[in-house]
Amino acid sequence: MPESPPRPMIRLTGLTKHYPGQAEPAVDHLDLEVPEGEIVVFVGPSGCGKTTTMKLVNRLIEPTSGRIEIDGRDVTGVDPDRLRRGIGYAIQQTGLFPHRTVADNIATVPRLLGWGRERIAARVDELLAKVGLDPQTYRDRHPGRLSGGQQQRVGVARALAADPPVLLMDEPFGAIDPLTREALQEEFLRLQRDIRKTIVFVTHDIDEAVKMGDRIAIFGECGRVLQYDTPARILGEPAEGFVADFIGNGTNVRRLSLTRLCEVEVSDDRPVVVRGSGDGGCPTAPGSFALLVDRDRRPLGWAEPGQDRPLPLISHLGPEHTLHDALDAMLANNSDTVVVTDQDGRYRGTVEMATIQTHLHRVGGPGNEGGPVRGGERADRSIGTS
Amino acid sequence: MGFWEFTADTYPEVLGATAEHVVLVLQGLAAALIVAVPVAALTYRSRLPRGAALGIAGIVLTIPSYALFGLLIAPLGLGTAPAVVALTLYALLPIMRNTVVGLRSVDPAVVEAGRGMGLSRGQILRTIELPLAWPVIITGLRVATQILLGIAAIAAAVNGPGLGNLILEGLSSAGTPFAVYLTLQGTLGIVVLAVLFDLCFAVLARFTTSRGIRA
Repeated sequence: MPESPPRPMIRLTGLTKHYPGQAEPAVDHLDLEVPEGEIVVFVGPSGCGKTTTMKLVNRLIEPTSGRIEIDGRDVTGVDPDRLRRGIGYAIQQTGLFPHRTVADNIATVPRLLGWGRERIAARVDELLAKVGLDPQTYRDRHPGRLSGGQQQRVGVARALAADPPVLLMDEPFGAIDPLTREALQEEFLRLQRDIRKTIVFVTHDIDEAVKMGDRIAIFGECGRVLQYDTPARILGEPAEGFVADFIGNGTNVRRLSLTRLCEVEVSDDRPVVVRGSGDGGCPTAPGSFALLVDRDRRPLGWAEPGQDRPLPLISHLGPEHTLHDALDAMLANNSDTVVVTDQDGRYRGTVEMATIQTHLHRVGGPGNEGGPVRGGERADRSIGTS
Repeated sequence: MGFWEFTADTYPEVLGATAEHVVLVLQGLAAALIVAVPVAALTYRSRLPRGAALGIAGIVLTIPSYALFGLLIAPLGLGTAPAVVALTLYALLPIMRNTVVGLRSVDPAVVEAGRGMGLSRGQILRTIELPLAWPVIITGLRVATQILLGIAAIAAAVNGPGLGNLILEGLSSAGTPFAVYLTLQGTLGIVVLAVLFDLCFAVLARFTTSRGIRA
C-alpha cells in the first residue's frame, strides 16, 4: 500500500452478538479498525450482520462479548445514552421527528448537551446551508412538507449537529430515487472533504460502496468480514468465491469510476485555435479538427479547415469527473475523444479511448498491485475543496 | 304549566345540577387519565402485560353501571366518592386503549433515531412518543367523556351529585304533573353537555396537536 493508514478512530475487538435462542451468532468475533477521517462502507446481502455491527458501535445493540473502542477509549461499559450523544446517527427512513420543525430536529443533540439558544440557532443555520437547504425557507418547516431528498439532507444535518467525530449511517440514501441519490452522494462526498469525519456507512449496493468508500468491508454470513480493503483492490483482486460473486460482473467498468480525470494524463497534441486570433493556427490537413477556445482557453467547439462555422462541442468534462464519465461521454457522442478542462473550465487536453484502455491494463489488473490507483485518488480527494 | 315555564321557574336547580355533573365527569376523567396513560406507557411494548391491562379495563366496562355504583357503597359509603371511582373505572378502557394504539402507531424509525441520538427511554416517551400519540389519546378522552356523561346520571342512585338527581326525582314522582319535566330536564342537560364537551375537545385537539402531524 502506498500509505500507512491513519490511526484508528473506531476499533472493534472480538466483537460478538449472539441472540439467545439462535444457533448462529449474528456477529461472530469481529475485529475491525476504522481509520480516522475515512468512510468505511459495510456492504453485503441482507441478513449478513452489517447493520447489527454498525449498531454495536453505538450500542443500540449491546454486544454479547468483545470490545468497542472509540478514539482510543473503551466505551463498552459507559452509559449508552451519553455515548450516543457523541456519535452522529442517520438512517434510511430518516426518523425525523414529524411533530418538530426542521430546526428543532437538528437541535436535538445540542439541546441534550445543554448548548445555549443562540449557539444552537447559529449551528442550525450553518448546517442547513452546508447540506444545501436555505435556512430562511426550511428552518421552520415540518418534515412532512419536505421531499424525500430534503428529509435526508435534514437527517444528515441532524446527525452532524453537535459536530461528533464519528458518524454512523445506515443506508442513508437507500430510499431515494436514483437521480437524487446520486446528487446526495456527490454532495455528501464534497461535504466529507470539508468535515473529515470518521464514518461507518452501511449499504447493500456495491456501486454505492465503491463510490462512497475509502475502504469497503464485505460482509458474509454471521457478521464475518470476508474482505476489508480499498475499493480499487476489492474490484481488482476480489477474494475468491463469495466476494467475487457479490461484486458481480463489470468490475473493469466499475473500476473506471475510481479514477478522476485530474489524475489522468491527458494528451494535448490536438491543435488549438484561439477565437479571434485569425486563422493562423488552423489545421491544414483536410479532415482534421482543431479545438476552438476563447481567450481564456475555455473550449467552444471544433474548427474544421474550410468551414466557417465551428462544429459544436457536445460535452466536456471537468477534473471531478471520472474515467467512467469519460467513457460514457464517448459512447454517447459516438466519438473516441473527450475534451477535459481544469477546475476553472480551461482546456487541459483530451482523453482518448486508448487512454482508458491503457489505464485499465496498467493498474489494478489481475495479478497487479492496485495501489497506485487508490493512492492517486486519495490525493485527489483533497483537491477541489472549494 | 308547560315545560319551558317550569324550567324558567326551576333553572337555578337545573344549572346547579348541571355544574355538579360537569365537575363529577371531569373528576372521573382526570383520575382515569392519571391511571390509564402511565399503565398504557408501561405495558404497550409487550404483548402479555398490554393484553392483561386492556382485558381488565374491558371487563370493568361490562359491569352494569347500576350494580357497580351499588357495589362501591360498601367500601366508600354514599355520595361523591363512589360516583367518582365508578366513573374513573368506566373511563379507563377508552383512554388506555387509545393511548396504547397511539403509542404503537409511532413510526419505529423515529424512536430508533431518538435512541441513536442519545435520548433516554423517558425522554423518548415524553418528547417523542406521547406528543405523536396525542391526537389518538385525545380521541380516547372524547369517547370516555361521552360515556361518562351518560353514566354519571346513575350517581344520583348513591346520593351522588349531578343531573341524575333530576331524573331520579322525576322517576320517583311518576304520575305527578312535573315528573316528565324533571326527567326531561336531566336528559336534555346531559345531551347539551355532550355537544359542548365534544366541541371543547375538538378545539383542544386542534390547539394541542403539533402543526407537523395535524391531519
